[in-house]
Amino acid sequence: MHELSIAQNLVEIANTAAQRANVQRVTAVRLQLGALAGVVKDSLLFCYDIASAGTLLEGSQLLIEELPVVIYCPQCQQTATLDTVQAFCCPVCGTFSNDIRQGRELEILSLEAEEDEHPTHS
Amino acid sequence: MSTPRILEIRRGVLEKNDILAHTLRDQFNAAHVLVINLVSSPGAGKTALLEDTLRRLIQAGHRPAALVGDLATDNDANRLARSGAPVRQIQTGGNCHLEADMISTHLTDWGLDLSQIEFLFIENVGNLVCPASYDLGEHVRAVVLSVTEGEDKPLKYPTMFHSADIAVLTKMDIAVAVEFDKPVALANIQAVHPGMMVMETSAKTGVGMENWIQHLITSRENTFALVAE
Repeated sequence: MHELSIAQNLVEIANTAAQRANVQRVTAVRLQLGALAGVVKDSLLFCYDIASAGTLLEGSQLLIEELPVVIYCPQCQQTATLDTVQAFCCPVCGTFSNDIRQGRELEILSLEAEEDEHPTHS
Repeated sequence: MSTPRILEIRRGVLEKNDILAHTLRDQFNAAHVLVINLVSSPGAGKTALLEDTLRRLIQAGHRPAALVGDLATDNDANRLARSGAPVRQIQTGGNCHLEADMISTHLTDWGLDLSQIEFLFIENVGNLVCPASYDLGEHVRAVVLSVTEGEDKPLKYPTMFHSADIAVLTKMDIAVAVEFDKPVALANIQAVHPGMMVMETSAKTGVGMENWIQHLITSRENTFALVAE
């Protein structure tokens, strides 16, 4: 259960970015989560509320975009999306591939925020 | 009055860990220290494997050291220190995995002179989930799987098996007794990590240990482009 630690890292990065941008309140955080990132979505959502308490992110929504694994198949010479993480083989021809093109993401994309129209310190 | 606004971030959640791991790896590279991160379930035999590995490397004239992570107790460090290698315990105080800053802090406090060692083993906390996400600056991530655990473990923990560079099967001496189905286990490992090297070992009887030791020595030579000393 390392999702609390992940949530704390996430909140720290997002909160610092919000402070630097003179944001009053963050309403949503967008995150990409790859199937190979080793992070459980529901667990992260639960921990997010705990980790964001008392920050500019308190009460905000964590919007998680889950990304499946995409491999490059050397046989078909094209990428293929996998619906499992238990067999790294091309769904078309069955060739095994370790050439991962997507699925390891654990990345904060953006924040949605509210701010004063006339910030006092900009 | 407030208006909505979108702030682009595009940053990895674990970037702090990744940056520190990169710095650590630079230090290890400069000192020609091959770092091996051992990961497994609790009870897979990491400590027994490491104990015999340290002993054999020292016998062969090499200089290994070990950092051992556990939730609590320094039992493992005491056990490993009998090999004669420098060993330090990291008590994570309940944390289920090691992070790069723990490695960095402990290396500093320990005062280990990296130029005096050739191999640094990091025995991670017994856990096949959480340690997968954290780069510790290692060159080799070795996932340890004992024959008592069930052949489908790679399928249950694909992220960890996929993130590892090598799988080390342990307790091979009791494989027959526990009806370990090796072909199935190997097929499962290949399914979640095509092409991954697998070593079969028994720290108790010594079977496969020479291959493992030789693999480590060769890996270090190849990693740092050293000629055999």
